[in-house]
Amino acid sequence: MNSLEVRGLRKRYGAQEVVCGVDLDVAPGECFGLLGPNGAGKTTTLRLCLGLADPDAGEIRLLGNEVPARAREARARVGVVPQFDNLDPDFSVAENLTVYGRYFGLKDRDIAPRIPQLLEFAGLAGRAGSKIQTLSGGMKRRLTLARALVNDPQLLFMDEPTTGLDPQARHLIWERLRRLTQEGRTLILTTHFMEEAERLCGRVAIMDHGRIIAQGTPRELIARHIESQVVEVHGPGVEAWIADAKMLSLRTELAGETVFCYADNVEPVIANLPSYPDLVYLHRPANLEDLFLKLTGRDLRD
Amino acid sequence: MTNTRLYALPSPSLRFVAVWRRHFLVWRKLAIPSILGNLADPLIMLFGLGYGLGAVLGDVGGGSYFAFLAAGFMASTTMYAATFESLFSAYSRMHVQRTWEAIVNAPMTLEDVLAGEWAWAASKALAAGVCMLAIISAAGFASFPHALLAIPVVVLIGLAFAALGLSVNALASGYDFFSYYMTLFLTPMMMLSGVFFPVERLPAPILALAQAMPLYHGVELVRPLLGGTIPGNALLHLAVLAAYALAGFYLATVLTRRRLLQ
Repeated sequence: MNSLEVRGLRKRYGAQEVVCGVDLDVAPGECFGLLGPNGAGKTTTLRLCLGLADPDAGEIRLLGNEVPARAREARARVGVVPQFDNLDPDFSVAENLTVYGRYFGLKDRDIAPRIPQLLEFAGLAGRAGSKIQTLSGGMKRRLTLARALVNDPQLLFMDEPTTGLDPQARHLIWERLRRLTQEGRTLILTTHFMEEAERLCGRVAIMDHGRIIAQGTPRELIARHIESQVVEVHGPGVEAWIADAKMLSLRTELAGETVFCYADNVEPVIANLPSYPDLVYLHRPANLEDLFLKLTGRDLRD
Repeated sequence: MTNTRLYALPSPSLRFVAVWRRHFLVWRKLAIPSILGNLADPLIMLFGLGYGLGAVLGDVGGGSYFAFLAAGFMASTTMYAATFESLFSAYSRMHVQRTWEAIVNAPMTLEDVLAGEWAWAASKALAAGVCMLAIISAAGFASFPHALLAIPVVVLIGLAFAALGLSVNALASGYDFFSYYMTLFLTPMMMLSGVFFPVERLPAPILALAQAMPLYHGVELVRPLLGGTIPGNALLHLAVLAAYALAGFYLATVLTRRRLLQ
């Protein structure tokens, strides 16, 4: 049985349908990434899966429970790391965990022995008595992760778990999330960091305008939808060079002042570039971000 | 959400106690300033007006003006305690700190959260009412054992105004929104509910308006109890307060569902 099964999920706000027929399957122990630009419907999909909003149509089974009918039972075995910090500012680090455990019906005496382990996991050992205001952004995020583990959940939902963190803090979170997958927990995260998805997720779904537009392993998706190599070129006179680029590569894109040349063999492009000494170029393998931009476009989403 | 779910009767679980305990733990850290802050204002008014104005007025309602005013303030202070908690504090937990959002990610429902807020605001009203009673009895204006019966009345006043406050909270767009409710509803109601002067002098239509409001019934219960007698029409007054509490909580549930569960 899958940890999460979603069929034909729809949700409308006023005139706008923000989730338009989403199907998802997440297997136990999988790390699954839901990717999409701002406003794609990722957070709404998570809220629907948790039973925090009622769908207009569709079926959801979370850990074998019908949602929203049995959402409370489902959430008892789920942890949530929300997009916005909502730690209790009036409490210490340890009190945040104790009070949150009570919402799961846990007794204080059962939570107390878990607190040192949870803080150890979160890299907050010795900070049990600290005030929330004294924690850095990364520490708050890790404490939120520890709080989501207070009920020893089988499945974790994480809404943009590393947004706003510096690289050190982000890498530490990634390492912890890998550890959680190794422990056999199911992870479902939304992100718009493609690098994050590529590193962590066994499988990803790309969502845009309320629909899943591609689904698979990151490698599969790149292989299926996009050429394997990219050359990014910018510099004075790049507009004049575009004609050459179009002849030499399978596909080109102009974004602002930069030309992106996609091809499985980019040797001809690179061989051509020395005759334009003002141009600067970067050759790299195609990644999930290229795929993402190809599928969702380069327009800004606010 | 479907209309059936939106308008369904609230069915909170006992898990609401965890929400109450959260609020209690926060309050314990700030208890002394919180109690002083809640009581300083009514006490200054009570002693100032009670003794100052009382000296000019002589007896009011068959006793000293201080005793008259003390009973009124006991009711209105509990009203304000429940109101502040269910407006400003609840709004900061709902909107600013996103505490409610964190709670409903656990196996808790919005109704558990609201029931916890409701019970907590009534607890704050109880604490304020008990403090007022202690001060009034120290001043020699409470007659026991009847005065002890004012304590459950104060809880009921708290539940009624907490339920109304939570309904207003569900409609609020910011803290400023609450000043409309306080100045356009609570302040005029306090003037007409027999807190400061006997309502018998009011013109009939205004008296009828006052009698439709919850505070009037709270005052009508508290004043005789502090004076050592059982209030007339006690069951009616209790029923009106209970109706405000229950209907108010239902309204708060529907409005909060509409705001947060869509």
